Amino acid sequence: MSNYPLISLAIWTPIIAGLVVLATGSDRNAPLARMLALAGAIAGLVVAIPLWTGFDVALGTMQFVELSSWIPRFNINYHLGVDGISMLFVVLNSFITIIVVLAGWEVIQQKVAQYNAAFLIMSGLMNGIFTSLDGILFYVFFEASLIPMYLIIGVWGGPNRVYAAFKFFLYTLFGSLLFLLALMYLFIQSGGSFSILDWHKMPIGLGPQIWLFLAFLVAFAVKVPMWPVHTWLPDAHVEAPTGGSIVLAAIALKLGAYGFLRFSLPIAPDASHELSGLVIGLSLIAVVYIGFVALVQEDMKKLVAYSSIAHMGFVTLGFFMFSAMGIEGALVQMVSHGFVSGAMFFCIGVMYDRVHSRQIADYGGVVNTMPKFAALFMLFSMANAGLPATSGFVGEFMVILGAVKFNFWVAFAAASSMVVGAAYTLWMYKRVIFGDVANHHVAELSDINNREFLILGVLAICTLWMGLYPQPFTEVMHASVNDLLRHVAISKIQ
Amino acid sequence: MEMQKLYLLVPLAPLFGAMIAGLFCRVIPRWVAHTVTIAGVAIAFFASVAIFNDVQAGHTFNGTVYTWLTSGDYRFEVGFLIDSLTTTMMLVVTFVSLMVHIYTIGYMQEDPGYNRFFSYISLFTFSMLMLVMSNNFMQLFFGWEAVGLVSYLLIGFWYTRPTAILANMKAFLVNRVGDFGFILGIGLVLAHFGSLDYATVFQKAPEFANTTISLFEGRDWATVSLMTVTCICLFIGAMGKSAQVPLHVWLPDSMEGPTPISALIHAATMVTAGIFMVARMSPLFELSTTALSFIIVIGAITALFMGFLGIIQNDIKRVVAYSTLSQLGYMTVALGASAYSVAIFHLMTHAFFKALLFLAAGSVIIGMHHDQDIRNMGGLRKYMPITWITSLIGSLALIGTPFLSGFYSKDSIIEAVALSQIPGAGFAYFSVLAGVFITAFYSFRMYFLVFHGEERFGKGAHDTHHDDHHGGHDDEETTHDHHHGLAPGQKPHETPWVVWLPLVMLAIPSVAIGFIAIGPMVFGDYFKGVIFIDHHAHPAMEHLSEHFHGAVAMGLHSLTSLPFILALSGVVTSWFFYMKRPDIPAAIQRRFSWINTLFENKYYFDKINEVVFAGGARVLGKAFWRGGDVATIDGVMVNGSAKLVGWFAAITRFFQTGYVYHYAFMMIIGVFVLMTFWINRA
Repeated sequence: MSNYPLISLAIWTPIIAGLVVLATGSDRNAPLARMLALAGAIAGLVVAIPLWTGFDVALGTMQFVELSSWIPRFNINYHLGVDGISMLFVVLNSFITIIVVLAGWEVIQQKVAQYNAAFLIMSGLMNGIFTSLDGILFYVFFEASLIPMYLIIGVWGGPNRVYAAFKFFLYTLFGSLLFLLALMYLFIQSGGSFSILDWHKMPIGLGPQIWLFLAFLVAFAVKVPMWPVHTWLPDAHVEAPTGGSIVLAAIALKLGAYGFLRFSLPIAPDASHELSGLVIGLSLIAVVYIGFVALVQEDMKKLVAYSSIAHMGFVTLGFFMFSAMGIEGALVQMVSHGFVSGAMFFCIGVMYDRVHSRQIADYGGVVNTMPKFAALFMLFSMANAGLPATSGFVGEFMVILGAVKFNFWVAFAAASSMVVGAAYTLWMYKRVIFGDVANHHVAELSDINNREFLILGVLAICTLWMGLYPQPFTEVMHASVNDLLRHVAISKIQ
Repeated sequence: MEMQKLYLLVPLAPLFGAMIAGLFCRVIPRWVAHTVTIAGVAIAFFASVAIFNDVQAGHTFNGTVYTWLTSGDYRFEVGFLIDSLTTTMMLVVTFVSLMVHIYTIGYMQEDPGYNRFFSYISLFTFSMLMLVMSNNFMQLFFGWEAVGLVSYLLIGFWYTRPTAILANMKAFLVNRVGDFGFILGIGLVLAHFGSLDYATVFQKAPEFANTTISLFEGRDWATVSLMTVTCICLFIGAMGKSAQVPLHVWLPDSMEGPTPISALIHAATMVTAGIFMVARMSPLFELSTTALSFIIVIGAITALFMGFLGIIQNDIKRVVAYSTLSQLGYMTVALGASAYSVAIFHLMTHAFFKALLFLAAGSVIIGMHHDQDIRNMGGLRKYMPITWITSLIGSLALIGTPFLSGFYSKDSIIEAVALSQIPGAGFAYFSVLAGVFITAFYSFRMYFLVFHGEERFGKGAHDTHHDDHHGGHDDEETTHDHHHGLAPGQKPHETPWVVWLPLVMLAIPSVAIGFIAIGPMVFGDYFKGVIFIDHHAHPAMEHLSEHFHGAVAMGLHSLTSLPFILALSGVVTSWFFYMKRPDIPAAIQRRFSWINTLFENKYYFDKINEVVFAGGARVLGKAFWRGGDVATIDGVMVNGSAKLVGWFAAITRFFQTGYVYHYAFMMIIGVFVLMTFWINRA
């Protein structure tokens, strides 16, 4: 099994497929471009699945490792591998790519090949981020993945797309510059190594650790995004096309959170302990403050965007409690959020395609004309509110339970999302879906077609599966998370 | 092994029915939907009977079905605990559910959402069974939230009606407030006991009897008993689900749902989940007298003050709803008095007679063509004899008529509270006694106004009624001006057999179950090894059993006791007020108008919630959004720094004019400066 370079396949299959799609050229070949894109996305998932099925759950170390020299002069290597922390995200990303290609099937009629190519290439680059074990390789993937997203928002986006694309790009670029400085520092300190695994083992004094931690924090906090560097996300979501929102929510937000586990905690464990209060404080602000902000949004996409920030607050909270429940709960929350927020944004896209409005006030009584859609949207809304038997519950439950052990009042603040999260989600649902038919736009709505039903149905199955039987998802994490916790518990100060 | 398959069958059969009826609700004909769901629930009921017999023979079970999740040292499993408490709940749930399923065929026959409705009530049955059969807190919470979801779906069943969709959201959110406490309680259990498995937790519980935790590190005053905090957190969950003050506000509004679910969910089963939970956790609650005091006071407030509100309601369903609130208060009081078995006993009898009363109310509503205002009824006994008799039985059982089921359970509660020593028991005793009079008064006010006296229906114009039927998605205009209620000259009629048969079936246990069950259930060994009471600290139950000399003696003895006299005087007073001298209540209403205003506004709970919590949250959200995100972060930090760059660029732009003579001039100045510098140095 591991004779094949599986990770390279997971990275390059979608990228090559993307280039092939790009080669189809103008919109005259749009049907071909779509078919090729779908085939490429499916191939991407097919090559990613053996990573999960062939994964040895007993091992906490890197698996499917690939190592070859890239730029020998600076000791930069093409070094790839997955562990229990990153593996699921490769699979999730490859899966979401299929959803995204299908989501734009009928909606995108302009520059079809370029649109699909952007998503496929981005998918490959993101797999690269999750699997890189070399600092420079990581950085290259990390920065390169900004470009397709920038283009997706800037070209296929809404009326205010240029402002949103710039805001997105500058925010993340600002963060990654500090990150690059940190990489340089580590390269010099380690005596010329860009290997992330070497950096994990390298002793560092508390002072430098704190500077490193802060540099990482800025870079990753922007990506997650954490309060107060979150304001690019609602704008980006509102302007992005449906597919862009899905990738942004389901995958892009996970990159920052993943960075905490791959860089901040293992490289600067003492600083992580030292500054955990800061991160937990910011996470709780995200959960509570953003929850209230979400409550008063009038634009559905903004509402779900803010709810994403609140859900990601649970993730960062879980990481910095330094317990297995916390970290695994956070990882589960990340995967679940991929399904649920992806589905939520798709649902909003379904309505937007028909009515061309995202304003809650423009809807009302959608259930009368779209009963199938209303039922599925109900499921995802409930998952967003963290109802048991949906995936949304599992992560929240684990993080809250972990938090009670950590500190009762932290748990208290986090658990308040049970009320606020339900309030903003169900209030939106009530105003949009229930009630009498509000206007002629709603009266003329047609229920979801087979393509839309397929997408939502598959996501619904994932959501329920993960809610009813999360064990397959968490069992792959145990060994790696336990290794990480043991590692973080040992001081690096000499 | 065989029994384990049977255990699985009990929840899965209704789930199967719900999936068939729900997933294919647009394609299958109605008879398929109701047949498959009724079959599912009937299978669950008969399997429950078999399991009940098996447990009576001494075969309890506690085991895992599958491992849901492992994390760190913790295991979360889905499993069943089958003992006498579980089987009692299973029988109650499946029996009432079966009756409600049958009843629904008649009640919902004109509704376009027929299949969907059957799917929901079967899904509810599944969820409730998962809740009661659980052997751990995680699955309990799953069932807990799942019944909440179905309740949400069913209250908002007529989704075009603004009041219904507000009521269902309110119900869900108020329950979430309770769950907020509940999950913290579960978290405390896991953090300190290291497991969520009932058996493990209960076994370890005594070790933690004197453990204290500090809510604020280093503050002496913040040191509290672990068990007190845990139990109060868990009980907050019960307060939401079982609608105890101040989290009761959702239950009266839940009457927006169709009547069959008011009977099943909002009277007989779901709202008693909180009571069941506390009884199940008796080994924990027994360790904290403070928590029990808290419980008994909350229960007493609910029992008394919600009863008052029942007196002034004119909607037939709301009278029964407030009566349910008050009776849930009674059960809670019993829990506080450590009389867990009595609470479960009252839960059971109440499930039968309250489901009966609700379904009978539904029958009246059908007979009255969807007019729910009792002021428009009167004299219905002539037209609806079966509904009349069964309602009378239900009302008599509710007010505690000797030898009927409600008498045994309610009288046991009153006696247990009288013997309880814990702080708050005195107030609780007063409340439950006063509650007896009030219950009798409002129950028979409704009974007399509906079934006796002048026939007030068919008079045409009336304005304060609820439309309990129309609102399906294809008749939107009918919700506004569809005529409902009886037309002038039209008479009410008895309902079809699918409607009255469940009434009769429920009337039987309403009469007999108390007499049969009190001996074994309350005073016998029925709950041995299931419910734990610290007789030393809370001796009420022990003393109570000393006074018990059989069901017959208890009934005879009560004829001279205070509760019976209070109940009787309640009935007589309401007869006098509403049959003989209707001018008296009107005069009282005028004389004490401030009380009437207070009651009509339901003690202003709704107002306060609306203004303080709902309004406050929106104000806070706006402040955070406009003030925090838009003004401060985007306005000052993001766009501010962009402006700063722009400003800097604008300044430097002055030097980049593009005119050659500007540059030449600058160069000459530069040369002069450098030369001056050079000359001075030299």
